[in-house]
Amino acid sequence: MEPLYLARESRVHRLSPEVKIAAVLLFTIVVVVTPREDLTAFAGYTLLIALVAGLARVPAGWLLKRATIELPFVLLAVVLPFTGHGERVDWLGLSLSVDGLYGAWNIFAKGTLGVLASLLLAATTSMRDLILGLDRLRCPTVITQIMTFMLRYIDVLIDDARRMRIARLSRGYDPRFLWQVKAFAVGVGALFLRSYERGERVYLAMLSRGYSGRMPSGSGSKAPAAEWVVSSALPVAAAGIAVAAAVLA
Amino acid sequence: MDDVQAMHIANGIINGPVSAIFIAIAMAGLAVCVWRAKLDLDDRLAPMAGLVAAFIFAVQMLNFQVLPGVSGHLLGGTLAVILVGPWVGALCVSTVLIVQALVFADGGLTALGLNITNMALIGTAAAYLLVALLLRVLPRSSRGLGATALIASVIGVVVAAMGFVAEFALGGTADLSITAVAATMAGTHTLIGIGEGLIAATTVVTVAKVRPDLVYALRAFRAPIRAKAAVA
Amino acid sequence: MTAALKITGLTFAYPDGREALHGVDLTLAPGERVALLGPNGAGKTTLVLHLNGILHGGAGRVEISGLPVTPGDRKAITEIRRRVGVVFQDPDDQLFMPTVAEDVAFGPANLGVRGDELDHRVTEALTAVGMLEHRDQIPHHLSFGQRRRVAVATVLAMRPEILVLDEPSSNLDPASRRELAEIIMSLPVTVLMVTHDLPYALELCPRSVILDAGRIVADAPTGELLADGDRMAAHRLELPFGFDPSAIHRR
Repeated sequence: MEPLYLARESRVHRLSPEVKIAAVLLFTIVVVVTPREDLTAFAGYTLLIALVAGLARVPAGWLLKRATIELPFVLLAVVLPFTGHGERVDWLGLSLSVDGLYGAWNIFAKGTLGVLASLLLAATTSMRDLILGLDRLRCPTVITQIMTFMLRYIDVLIDDARRMRIARLSRGYDPRFLWQVKAFAVGVGALFLRSYERGERVYLAMLSRGYSGRMPSGSGSKAPAAEWVVSSALPVAAAGIAVAAAVLA
Repeated sequence: MDDVQAMHIANGIINGPVSAIFIAIAMAGLAVCVWRAKLDLDDRLAPMAGLVAAFIFAVQMLNFQVLPGVSGHLLGGTLAVILVGPWVGALCVSTVLIVQALVFADGGLTALGLNITNMALIGTAAAYLLVALLLRVLPRSSRGLGATALIASVIGVVVAAMGFVAEFALGGTADLSITAVAATMAGTHTLIGIGEGLIAATTVVTVAKVRPDLVYALRAFRAPIRAKAAVA
Repeated sequence: MTAALKITGLTFAYPDGREALHGVDLTLAPGERVALLGPNGAGKTTLVLHLNGILHGGAGRVEISGLPVTPGDRKAITEIRRRVGVVFQDPDDQLFMPTVAEDVAFGPANLGVRGDELDHRVTEALTAVGMLEHRDQIPHHLSFGQRRRVAVATVLAMRPEILVLDEPSSNLDPASRRELAEIIMSLPVTVLMVTHDLPYALELCPRSVILDAGRIVADAPTGELLADGDRMAAHRLELPFGFDPSAIHRR
């Protein structure tokens, strides 16, 4: 299962997963702690994202389309200018709260930048590499192990679910409302058992080949220092922008 | 404000300091879970944990129409605690949240602490305590098990939602009335909880009928089968 | 000479109380190819999972080239799982890595093999099953017969001493079936083949044993066993229509 992975040849793709995870994490932290009034800083961050997207050869359209995942939160933000308190401004005949406008901007800007950064990570790193990266970042084995099986099972579930859904649809039934949940759940129980038994066999086969809870890291080795330096450019640049914006303001 | 659609909190909804505190809380909670899970995670539980995680992942993709204009997705914490126990269960939910944040950009990375605290720690803890209580009180039948799953789901989901309300009260960046947020969250999530409960109950009852040996809660609280053989 | 496989008095019951093995004794000499026959539910798969210590807990003893299977001892169990290569019935259960080469590398990598040596193992194993040119493909894009051969390669890469094949010929078309037979015969390892495919057993294995109700109930040269109509019928084993084992000249 590689929902968002874009198989391309690029410098960003070639970076080790652990340095990319760390860079995105630090970048997001810088974005979140930036005061909402520092509009120039947010413009700078957007530029950085565009730069990385260019380096990674990820098309802007692809990014923007998938960024709509945060739409519910943007909608939450839309009401703020109307419900906010304090000083108000008039715009196109609407009375809007200044504080509410900043609140909305805050959610929109930070949410969007965070989503874009994560999307870039997902686009340039396969799921398996992400797990490897987390493992190298000292994520507990229990978690990476659950993740590994989760990936394997998602494929199994999707396969089984597709078959069951086709069978259900061909009988003219497509439950999607809460009160139809019972019928849906019955199918889900069966799906669960089927998938478990298949996954159990997969697991036994893995054990038989010497699996002991940790995926062998295979070809890749730990990220060289140079990669850490290169990838730190993103959060360092972001931090620079944040400081510069604060100083200018 | 009837668009509390995804329960995953995005970056920037809750302010930096509060997010940071909850990252610390989540990490401490997860550390305990990892430590306890290692004792639980035998070779039968490992693939089960993966399946539960995959399953939660899948059901979280389904958005149910709760009311016109309002939809919500399921959390899966109760299903996890019944099938794999509280420690591994919390890790399953966390794993899903981490993957969603990293790979689907669903839920902010800096909000991961908040999301894990609500859904993986608070929600599953509430669900597990209820499961532990109800399985002792209710009849030892599949109906009793189903009812346990249903009740624990509804309450677990609402408690998790209240975690968000508390965080919002502490560090919400948007100027909204807390009572309104609390009322919306509670209302929406009661309905989500019922949907979740029905799915959890049916799934657990189905599994318990065919493979009772796979249900952690039954092993822990009803334990009729003395396992003679071990799988490793 | 140390036996490649020595099972003595093996019993096992599943947690639900169902007894699966009832005192199994079986010895395989190094280099032997033996077919394990028996009706559904006889305990064949249960027996196979005991050979590498995945199932354990009953009475009895399993030894692989003199090394006892001791489930508690992680190090010994790793060595056992290197020595015993199990090829499962459904190749889709066995193959899960993104490319053929990575899947073949999974086993030896778990054993700590790295770098050039790992590469060499992968090439060697894929060459043995004639799948080298597919090394960079996605396993699920291969035909069923090819996937089964890759599944065999994933196990060969661990350089096992005993190859255990669970229903190797199931779902294979005649050509794939023959190709796989040629591969198996060319391997310098001890083979234990679980199968319902009696002609295949006759073709590949000079010796056959029948497992029924958790016990070994027959152990004889395959041709003799298949020709013994009464004994076959008693254990729900049937030859395909028109197949006469005595008419086949063993190679």
